[in-house]
Amino acid sequence: MVVGELTDEGVDHLFHALADGTRRDILRRCGRGELSVSRLAEAYPMSFAAVQKHVAVLERAGLVTKRRSGRERLVRADPDAVGRARRALDQLETAWRGRVDRMSQVLAQDPDPTGGQGR
Amino acid sequence: MTVTRVDKDFERLTLTVVAEFDAPVERVWQLWADPRQLERWWGPPSHPATVEEHDLTPGGAVSYFLTGPDGQKSRGWWRVTAADPPTSLELVDGFADQDGTPIAGEPTTTIQVRLGEHGGGTRMEVRAVFDSREHMERVVRMGAPEMFAQAIGQIDALLAG
Repeated sequence: MVVGELTDEGVDHLFHALADGTRRDILRRCGRGELSVSRLAEAYPMSFAAVQKHVAVLERAGLVTKRRSGRERLVRADPDAVGRARRALDQLETAWRGRVDRMSQVLAQDPDPTGGQGR
Repeated sequence: MTVTRVDKDFERLTLTVVAEFDAPVERVWQLWADPRQLERWWGPPSHPATVEEHDLTPGGAVSYFLTGPDGQKSRGWWRVTAADPPTSLELVDGFADQDGTPIAGEPTTTIQVRLGEHGGGTRMEVRAVFDSREHMERVVRMGAPEMFAQAIGQIDALLAG
């Protein structure tokens, strides 16, 4: 299976990264601006090391990048604008393909609906 | 699979999806024009949509929310900019707060729908235009858990098949 430009392994990493609520939350926070790992760690009831591990999973999936600034490690969403735009459009394509599939299902189930009334 | 063509224009931030349905144009129009039918396809299976306000006339508003597996509601709105039933619809789609009020500064998507007769069925073209690259990425980020759940659903379906 290939989703956009991602390989099987890339998809595995992506799904694994997004399967966790804390990681999705970290991703959202870093999407709003660069944050240090220690700043992120303050936001969760877990150890610095545990947060660092979550960040590493996100990094492996290509969702965030890390850079050093003095003693801090700063995390941000993937800075590759074109790559992100590509991935964004790929995901939106997936969303719309899902919608079209569901539209087909509705049409198949109710070829000539007399129930729900439109305007 | 009824999607026949997908174009992604990175420069113009536009996604175009062309699909063909084995149903008359009037019938496909109802998928958009009947709120109860719209609810059956707008949200992914993990996040079904509930449509509240629904006025598909120019200047009209649609309000809806998606309910996640944890019961959390994500609200959205449409502003209809043009409508010519049963062949043409243009709207702006955006995020709303928990009261259903559009959130200023949040990303919006302009959606253009064209329906036409094609080979005894209907050809539907949907163009989604994002207002900026940053906004396009935010739309995806904000919707990421839903899309993820949807992708999982598709994989489940593949395995079941």
